[in-house]
Amino acid sequence: MARAFTPKVVTANALIEGDVIYLTDAGTWTRELSQAALLTDEADAQLRLLEAEQKPGEAVGAYLADAIAGPFGPEPTHFREEFRRTGPSNYFHGKQAEGVSGH
Amino acid sequence: MYAYNDFDNAFLAERNKQFRAQVERRVSGALTEDEFKPLRLMNGVYLQLHAYMLRVAIPYGTLNSRQMSQLALLAEKWDKGYGHFTTRQNIQFNWPKLSDIPDMLDALAEVDMHAIQTSGNTIRNVTADHFAGAAADEIEDPRPIAELIRQWSTDHPEFQFMGRKFKIAVSAGEKDRAVLKAHDLAVRVVKNDAGDVGYQILVGGGLGRTPMIGKVLNDFLPRADLLPYIEAVVSVWNQIGRRDNKYKARIKITVHEHGLDDIRARVEERFAAIRPTFEGIDQTLFADIQSHFAAPDFRDAPLAAYDIAYDNDPLFRSWADTNLSEHRAPGYSIVTVSLKKHGATPGDASADQMRLLADLAKQYGHDELRISHEQNVILPHVHKSDLPAIYAALQQADLHTANIGMISDIIACPGMDYCALATARSIPVAEQIATRFDELKLEHDIGHLQIKISGCINACGHHHVGHIGILGLDRAGVENYQITLGGDATWDAAIGERAGPGFAYDEIVPAVERIVQAYLDLRQSQDETFIEAYRRLGLAPFKAYLYPEAQAHAA
Repeated sequence: MARAFTPKVVTANALIEGDVIYLTDAGTWTRELSQAALLTDEADAQLRLLEAEQKPGEAVGAYLADAIAGPFGPEPTHFREEFRRTGPSNYFHGKQAEGVSGH
Repeated sequence: MYAYNDFDNAFLAERNKQFRAQVERRVSGALTEDEFKPLRLMNGVYLQLHAYMLRVAIPYGTLNSRQMSQLALLAEKWDKGYGHFTTRQNIQFNWPKLSDIPDMLDALAEVDMHAIQTSGNTIRNVTADHFAGAAADEIEDPRPIAELIRQWSTDHPEFQFMGRKFKIAVSAGEKDRAVLKAHDLAVRVVKNDAGDVGYQILVGGGLGRTPMIGKVLNDFLPRADLLPYIEAVVSVWNQIGRRDNKYKARIKITVHEHGLDDIRARVEERFAAIRPTFEGIDQTLFADIQSHFAAPDFRDAPLAAYDIAYDNDPLFRSWADTNLSEHRAPGYSIVTVSLKKHGATPGDASADQMRLLADLAKQYGHDELRISHEQNVILPHVHKSDLPAIYAALQQADLHTANIGMISDIIACPGMDYCALATARSIPVAEQIATRFDELKLEHDIGHLQIKISGCINACGHHHVGHIGILGLDRAGVENYQITLGGDATWDAAIGERAGPGFAYDEIVPAVERIVQAYLDLRQSQDETFIEAYRRLGLAPFKAYLYPEAQAHAA
């Protein structure tokens, strides 16, 4: 039996800045995970990923990352995605310093 | 050190112009990411977790003050005010924008620097003994051959898109400070019985998911045969190396699968074919390169200032005992400046620190700096009478940590704080271990002990050859750290043995503490180092300390 689909967000890095971005419901990019579209349907998720891949002038390396619904929007389920939405742990740099940590 | 000529400058200007146009075409949409990626990688541009990363080559780890100051400028102007020195003697900038990178490369070109071949499946930046030209134990300065290899390999048409990357290291010391046996190919300068200088060639070393110790392919190669022989080795591997599986593509696997004798026979055959095409231009070039590396004019001066400071200032004495190495010139020392302040990120230097180091090199160090694969900065030529002034300046910049070769002088890769390939963090583990042993005030009692930490199986943190190696993995979505013991990065190179089950993030520091406690309890005397004790005792007694619960169950 195929594994049950778990909710996802479409994420990538911005072409110019290289920072982490997420696809919104409106098909635009946001720098905050909490603003991302949480995709609960597998077919829809694949379509949204294809849509993201059609934006090579904006995003690099789009993929589907696991996420769960939280009180303020999607939240990561894996520590890698937690670092991506926050920034490095050795310096207060990246999203955490820009006020868009997603918390 | 080597200074670019008109040809080098023109080549680099052209190359940077090409890359600027490639970036423009990527931004305009004329190039897809798939088309652009190999081009950016050939110019040292990665896309990491939070941003792009620019990896700048510091060939054989050598810099002058102007170059170091320019790295400070890059850090301030286009990054977040710091740079990260790596285990391959490079520097990485963690936060550049893609659109700024062409300007950064132009700024590097102003001081004879570049980022070419710091990534991609090509011959990478050539590394060397960081004490080259200064060490008391070396046959000759190995950097002229490193520079020769750099020039030969840069943009070499046969070796731009190989099955995998290829790393070369050179050294001429009695001690191996360049981890020669962990390289795809290593050149060791040797002298034969007749007193002639030549090269011993090692091949097939490497770390990563299948660690291997390099083997001697040729015991004594005459000087003039160096480039054609290396070309033959890379050429043979480029043809028969596996391309079906990237994890089996490095030359260590080719050597392992074909056997050393088979590889040697193929290399000899290839060498015989291409040797006549090297008509001596390489040797003319080599002679010219050698002239760039003439030793500085070492001065003769009284040592009183040093003696007074050493006898009267215990902090200076502790630093001098730990961070100085024997220089070949009388009255001189090699200074290793630690980038491993307890609790700080290993290998990071701020722009201000880089500028201070540049100033010290200019004022006291014959304008030379080195970067070690151990992620520290070296002032290779310092007269001992200048050491008190240097120490005072380093204190002001928080660069005076006296811990070279000690448990807090940890190699750590960027790990999951930055790297897209990482499976766990390395930096905070290094920070916490260093902080803990500083609190315990045991560091100098423990003595020489190398901890090396990698945040994934690719082993940029050299964990396999750490006396204590730590490998960070992702186990079911949680960071988990495997420990290996008994690795060695010197001429007696050894791959560490895996100690047993891994440890959670919050268990790893206490685990290291138990291993160190085992050493302190079991050593024969204070003179027996950790690695010596490990070789005498083997894994078992250390394991008993590391896994006390298992012992309790067995009892």
